[in-house]
Amino acid sequence: MKYKGLRLRKWKDRAFFVLLMLATALALFPLLQILVEATIRGVPGFKVSFFTQLPAPVGIVGGMGNAIVGSLLIVGLASAIATPIGVCTGIYLSEYAPVRYARVLRFLTDIWFGVPTILVGLLVYGTVVLSMKGFSAWAGAISLAFIMVPTLIRTTERMLALIPAIVREGALALGASPTQTVFLFVLPAATRGLITGVVLAVARALGETAPLLFTAFGNNFWQSGLSSPIAALPLQIFLYATSPYPVWQAQAWTGALTLLSIVVVLHAFAHFLTRGEGLS
Amino acid sequence: MRAKTLLDRTVSGLLFTISGSVILSMGALLAELVIAGHASMVHFGFSFFLGHAWDPLRGAYGALPFLFGTAVSAIIGLVIATVLGLGTALLLTQYATLRIIRMIGFLVNLLAAVPSVVYGLWGIFIVVPWLRVTLEPALYRVFGDIPLFAGARDGVGMLAAGLVLGIMTLPTIAAVVRDVFGAVPNTLRDGALALGATNQEMIRMAVLPFARAGIFGAVMLGLVRALGETMAVLMVIGNQPSITGSLFAPAYTLSSAIASEFAEAASPLYLSALYELGFILLMLTILIYTLARLLVWRVRWRGGLPL
Repeated sequence: MKYKGLRLRKWKDRAFFVLLMLATALALFPLLQILVEATIRGVPGFKVSFFTQLPAPVGIVGGMGNAIVGSLLIVGLASAIATPIGVCTGIYLSEYAPVRYARVLRFLTDIWFGVPTILVGLLVYGTVVLSMKGFSAWAGAISLAFIMVPTLIRTTERMLALIPAIVREGALALGASPTQTVFLFVLPAATRGLITGVVLAVARALGETAPLLFTAFGNNFWQSGLSSPIAALPLQIFLYATSPYPVWQAQAWTGALTLLSIVVVLHAFAHFLTRGEGLS
Repeated sequence: MRAKTLLDRTVSGLLFTISGSVILSMGALLAELVIAGHASMVHFGFSFFLGHAWDPLRGAYGALPFLFGTAVSAIIGLVIATVLGLGTALLLTQYATLRIIRMIGFLVNLLAAVPSVVYGLWGIFIVVPWLRVTLEPALYRVFGDIPLFAGARDGVGMLAAGLVLGIMTLPTIAAVVRDVFGAVPNTLRDGALALGATNQEMIRMAVLPFARAGIFGAVMLGLVRALGETMAVLMVIGNQPSITGSLFAPAYTLSSAIASEFAEAASPLYLSALYELGFILLMLTILIYTLARLLVWRVRWRGGLPL
């Protein structure tokens, strides 16, 4: 190494550190700005009527009550479909799968995780919507389930990997069968992690918009069944944000504030459950 | 260990069957896009990729404007995301004490968790006005002679999409790069420090060279994320299938075109062409993802971590 003055090197080291701080600050600035702006612009409309009323024509102040109920309904349905599939696959990957098959599954899961969500909308439109002859809550829920599964598989597997091998070896040494080992020792030890996986998947599904465009489609009224088009909070935010009316735009911010609050609470809960472990 | 009982075999078989849903789902997606996009593939053949006109009224469908818009907006986004994501990841892995890592780590997770439509809202009401009033006129004053910064300065367009994409892909890149830095053997870092290197020199001489391929992989994973981003881009890019040299001009991407035109696609060929755009998008995703994975794996393998 060519000798350089120590002071110059120390100065460079400090400057580099400041640059890194600056990059991090710049990276987090939009988050701060989004949270602050959503609060400033969203709070005025944050009233009971926002959560209880239907969207109204311009001039009358309406709400997003049906969209919030719709979102909860389809995300609930989606979780009911996706959780068993995702968690079971995660368990299989972590505890049972032969190494090679596991590698293939993991690779496909990662690709699935990266598949643009709009394509999920195309798939569900071509299969569910066309065969049911219309947009429906079911189609929306199936789209969201499709998006939740890879998240669930990944977190389940990662959480099970955090359980030390000693737990498994101990159980097997005491004479437990493989199934007893997994279901009586490993899974109970990982309960918090598994719940975290579901919480994170729900948080992701709640904010998804693209796959709902031509599956759930949206609806201006209260829901009357699972076979008709259904409103969803992100869809309503999109609709109002791109409208030319200031009243609707303000409501879009209130909707965004609602959505952000739920997502932040879910993530804080996940963080609390695992103390940040296993969440990259 | 006891021999496997009937129960063990049943449970294992059941879980195996359920895990088949992964293969089934990916197969179904691929099949659907190929079948529904078949008409367009047969009708246009390879010229679909080179056609620069997208005019449903005249029955002209070319994918080039979307490929162009996707590529350029993604590149702008990746430049921003790489610089900021790399900085964040370095700070988190090489400097911060545990407490700060948890705090900032949580915030970066949150940045990844903000719904796309909320980023779009931020784009429409904060980024676009700022571009229109402040950044674009300033760039125009200084670099106005270069075609890149010429043309109408409406705020809505390629630059806005790139900025929003940059912030949205940043957490992906930061997370993977953190992972890659974690694979750098401590002996390398300690060796550099023991030789009297400052932190900055240690990072430049020990960490970065070892992680180079992995960083490249992280950027490509960010690219996957950028390709698939739909709503936020749809809300700020202006949605015009045109190819222009200006960063201020409106454009269109593969995913945002599908989202905004699918509902109004009246003719079967129009619909099929949109499905073919989807097929291209899926192929790009798989291709880039595979390359990215290989690069990240290489670093982990060299660092002695499990794949």
